[in-house]
Amino acid sequence: MNEENKTEEKKPETAEKPQDNAQAKGLLKKEREFVIPGDKIVDTMDYLPGRNCFRKGDSVFATKIGLVGVNGRVVSVIPLNESYIPKAGDMVIGEVVDIQNNGWVVDIKSADTAYLPLSGIREFIDVSKTDLSNYYDIGDAIYAKISLATDNSTQLTMDDSRARKFKDGRILTINPAKVPRIIGKKGSMISIIKSQTGCRISVGQNGLIWIEGGDEELAIKAIGMVEKNSYLEGLTEKVSELLGYKPGEQPAEQAERSKEENVDG
Amino acid sequence: MAREDGRKADDLRPLVVKAGVIPNANGSAYVSLGKTTAVAAVYGPRPMHPKHMQVSDRAYLKTVYNMVPFSTKERVRPGPSRRSKEICKVTRQALEPAIFLDKFPKTRIDVYIDIIQANAGTRTAGINAASVALADAGIPMRGLIASVAAGKIGDEYTLDLAGKEEEATDCDLPIAYMPEEEKITLMQLDGDISPEDTKNVVKLAIEGCKKIYAAQRKALEDRWVPEVKK
Repeated sequence: MNEENKTEEKKPETAEKPQDNAQAKGLLKKEREFVIPGDKIVDTMDYLPGRNCFRKGDSVFATKIGLVGVNGRVVSVIPLNESYIPKAGDMVIGEVVDIQNNGWVVDIKSADTAYLPLSGIREFIDVSKTDLSNYYDIGDAIYAKISLATDNSTQLTMDDSRARKFKDGRILTINPAKVPRIIGKKGSMISIIKSQTGCRISVGQNGLIWIEGGDEELAIKAIGMVEKNSYLEGLTEKVSELLGYKPGEQPAEQAERSKEENVDG
Repeated sequence: MAREDGRKADDLRPLVVKAGVIPNANGSAYVSLGKTTAVAAVYGPRPMHPKHMQVSDRAYLKTVYNMVPFSTKERVRPGPSRRSKEICKVTRQALEPAIFLDKFPKTRIDVYIDIIQANAGTRTAGINAASVALADAGIPMRGLIASVAAGKIGDEYTLDLAGKEEEATDCDLPIAYMPEEEKITLMQLDGDISPEDTKNVVKLAIEGCKKIYAAQRKALEDRWVPEVKK
């Protein structure tokens, strides 16, 4: 089904492209070419600077090490290493580091700590009668959504079906720039890892990954492989090979699960 | 005039640049120029403590230059000295123009530079390493910074002074340079020099910086684009 969608989408693109090429000039780097900070990517006004780029005069320069990405008239740099910058709507994994009168301070491995206010909890808590550590204690790991991210503060909320406290399992740290590859297109990569290892996995956009149950060692190996080889194309196939997954064949556990779901439905 | 290690006047010492040498740092680099070796580690952006030192519109850049006790023939007394404090400051001022500090308000970025072997030109080696480490850490920058010293021995303009050349030279003029922007971010001078000579010495140092810049680029490429892709 996906392939059909793709071909449909491609048609208008190809129709526009010759026109684009006729007008847009000055792209000095190829797509997916390696750049370092200060590299000139474009020397005309035909392109706009996107993520990790800046304009000076008529030219666009890279600000980080990464690979050039071209999307229509916007050039950007896909970073190879970066520290996590909170964005509203992201799911992150954090550690509770302090309890205050009206909420919790959470370390989410970014430039500043995040705050989980009582309003971010789905139930009513009477502060005068309750010890907040009964909910989340110092040292607890939680999976939370970022509700607000400004220069001054980052706020979390547990008002999301995925949000919860981790009781078991272990947490890995990876480079936050590689998180999109770990998840894959529409979650393809992570769902293969989940189904083949039988682990429960939660991925935080801040580069922390929680793993529990199943073949944890194998899952860690697979994640390590994705992180190390994130620049490769066709990575999903390589991981499938490592995990012994054959595309088209529904893995045993997934089949069982879908059976259960059907029964439930 | 022959130099003590047989180089030509406009040659650098043998140069090695490596990126990503310290796994626990966000970014790191190793630079050695002949017998001078510097290692830089970058941490951050991370929370700024104490809070009253936060800068509300940009990150606080902290640079620490340290010569380890065994870096010279005579033991260096550990801890900050008058000299190392000065070098911390000029290093920070050399790096600041290259970094988009305003992207991370109220945070700090730490740059730790350790000189593990010293044979003249440690501040320039430190700046070279720090700039690669900052790029390696994925901190947004306007460009890398390369740095080298030049001087004049006898009638000859001499690049990258080493060992006893620092005493033989009329002047020792280290610069830090942004090759992409063509801007000088650090310039210091020891000794006497005429205006005419200054121009030539700076010109020679800039040529040296361009060579170092090429090595810095290659180091980052080697670290992040593995052989498989080439």
